Amino acid sequence: MAYSEKVIDHYENPRNVGGFDKNDPSVATGMVGAPACGDVMKLQLKVSENGVIEDAKFKTYGCGSAIASSSLVTEWVKGKTIDEAVSIKNTDIAEELALPPVKIHCSILAEDAIKAAVEDYKSKNSN
Amino acid sequence: MNFFELFALPVQFEIDLGTLSTRYKTLAQLTHPDKFANAGSAEKLMMVQKNAQVNDGYQVLKNPITRAEHILETRGIELKHEQQTVQDTEFLMQQMEWREQLESAQHQNDPEQHLADLDSDIGVQSKAHTQRLSELLNEDSEEANHLAASELRKLKFMAKLHKEIELQEEKLFDI
Repeated sequence: MAYSEKVIDHYENPRNVGGFDKNDPSVATGMVGAPACGDVMKLQLKVSENGVIEDAKFKTYGCGSAIASSSLVTEWVKGKTIDEAVSIKNTDIAEELALPPVKIHCSILAEDAIKAAVEDYKSKNSN
Repeated sequence: MNFFELFALPVQFEIDLGTLSTRYKTLAQLTHPDKFANAGSAEKLMMVQKNAQVNDGYQVLKNPITRAEHILETRGIELKHEQQTVQDTEFLMQQMEWREQLESAQHQNDPEQHLADLDSDIGVQSKAHTQRLSELLNEDSEEANHLAASELRKLKFMAKLHKEIELQEEKLFDI
């Protein structure tokens, strides 16, 4: 199966690889995994006091499409509010990267990583 | 298609692999296309399909992960093509850590030992999940089946890790 140019670009030059201190109160961490392929994804967001995502980092163990999906998402969420970020749909990711049907689950993983991170942020800041 | 019925085995996770293999050989021989070289085309087609089923069934039942998947499928829980993500943070953190250890193997003084240790850690954990899976599948209640599905998902991550270790070993030692 051939990867699209955008997938290859993100795979070869992944944006925002790394992480933040998960104990920092302004850092939200989303951990998700896909049992079908064993991929694991960690997405971390640095959120300002008014709920804007200032920075994002990821670490993904998986195929090219999973790495590209998470790399793309770190670019997309920057500058968005957390409420705007959760509205990113896996179909947007799949379309942007031209993912074939067998790789749709990689985009689902990335969407769920955003949701998990936002949930983590909300539970951290609920008090 | 219930493959346990095909091989006349009780629907359970713990099966006798020797019995499975013996019955597979018998059924594969009985349905072998060569035996039906002179049969009519309808019968030939039927036996080819039967033979394919026997082969599929053997592959599914031989492997503990696909066997458990098949049991859950007969109970109405479909895992094979699911796209659901796992969000058990603690479990996934551990997976990440293992992946990092695997990644760093080539920079260790003794990569072979490093990989062997990692594989043995994963083996211990896989065994625990398999044990729990087996108990839950035996229980066969709605709740137990859903818990079994979640153990099975974890086992799939473990199997993937084990495979990655093997690949790394091949790369490092050119086996």
